[in-house]
Amino acid sequence: MTDRIDDPRDVLGRYEPLVDDVEAFREACARPLPAVVRVNEIKATPDEVAAGFDDEGIPYERVDWHGGLFRLPEGNPGGSWAYVHGWVYGQEEVSAVPARVLGPRPGERVFDPCAAPGSKTTQLAALMDDSGLLIANDSNLGRLSALRSNAERCGVSNVVVTKSDARNFSLKPYEGTPFDRVLVDVPCSCEGTIRKNPDALAEWTLEHVEGVAGVQKGILERAVEMTRPGGTVVYSTCTFAPEENEAVLDHVLRTGDCELVPFDLPLESRPGVAEWEGETYDPTVARARRIYPHHNDTGGFFCAKLEVTA
Amino acid sequence: MAENRPHRFDRLPATPAEREVPGRATREGVVDFWAERYGVDPAVWDDYTFWEKGADKVWAFAGDVPTPIEVEALGMTFLRTGGEHWKPTTDAVQRFGRHATADDTVVDLSRERARHFLAGEDQELDWDGDWGYLVVRHEFGRRAEPIGVGLFVHGELRSQVPKGRRRKL
Repeated sequence: MTDRIDDPRDVLGRYEPLVDDVEAFREACARPLPAVVRVNEIKATPDEVAAGFDDEGIPYERVDWHGGLFRLPEGNPGGSWAYVHGWVYGQEEVSAVPARVLGPRPGERVFDPCAAPGSKTTQLAALMDDSGLLIANDSNLGRLSALRSNAERCGVSNVVVTKSDARNFSLKPYEGTPFDRVLVDVPCSCEGTIRKNPDALAEWTLEHVEGVAGVQKGILERAVEMTRPGGTVVYSTCTFAPEENEAVLDHVLRTGDCELVPFDLPLESRPGVAEWEGETYDPTVARARRIYPHHNDTGGFFCAKLEVTA
Repeated sequence: MAENRPHRFDRLPATPAEREVPGRATREGVVDFWAERYGVDPAVWDDYTFWEKGADKVWAFAGDVPTPIEVEALGMTFLRTGGEHWKPTTDAVQRFGRHATADDTVVDLSRERARHFLAGEDQELDWDGDWGYLVVRHEFGRRAEPIGVGLFVHGELRSQVPKGRRRKL
């Protein structure tokens, strides 16, 4: 057990066989994360945000691997002009990874099936220069209202917000035209957010992991179906559980027309694992990347890039 | 004749000649409004489509989809065309107010006045420009940045910042 973490079953202990330095992993998981904001480049440049923070006397450090991220030692400035103007969005460093890996371009058709509350949606919109078509979907009405208010504050105008089960999303209202890119950032058991939410593991059960893995498979399969050949799907979670990561990729590699492709990450990471608790997965799952909290002093994260082949 | 329905977005007709629903705004009317009142170059809207959800609520979308469409949101809330005077939304002014070049409908506040405005307070203002809905800005991050919409009447600037967006900074 690690101090501060509410974890009656020692869930993190389950992942020790996957980790290179167990002690460093445990220590990092028990340390709170600094507040981080991402610059909303629809409304301001990083230099303008820096000038705005200077203006308001808010101290910050620039994050070296991502020019649009600022660490805020004094916490998240919800009550600041930078926030009021929609110039910044509170977003953990690793959470800024998958939209960059997806790399949407201005004018493209992009789908964000599990979009709420909108940190990655607003980032995708900015990467698209707020042009093209960005469909942001969620199944939960309360979470959709958070998504809408975040998109509005950020001045996102290329987004269509929809409410449906991402496993059955229909392209019919869009004349059946497939997407260029899809960001499948699924609901998960969230172990990687332990530094932000010390009680993230309190409700953890293996049954939940297995249940949510079924949902993840359905969402990823549908995403691959709706993407044009040559298009890109990024799959991401904030869990360490191979059941929700490599096992989901292994499933879609068998059922869908897609392959895993290697990609560059500006953060230190480890390859996906091809074996877990007696199961073996397609060896290309090693092209996925695992980000552990102790390597870059961030939250935990999992990210894979798929190219659709037919 | 077609009618307005909730949760359904209909693309605004291009010109009055193509209008099916009586009284509905047109694309031409929306573009002219921003140009004439706030000095926004019509080219800003080249890639935008305008939509109506329910009566008199115009949304701006930076792309196009087939019309009509039933979705939760399409782009951003943009303009109220119901009253005698059309009223831009806070979202629209924060996003597009930087394109406003008119000097009689754009007002710059001091930081202290901007705080009162953001808190939703009305304030007396010595202003020689137009009455009606103004783009309200202040100097922030080395830029004149729009905060929201103010209604100027009888020497008073009335904050139109919606309750959920008001802050005491």
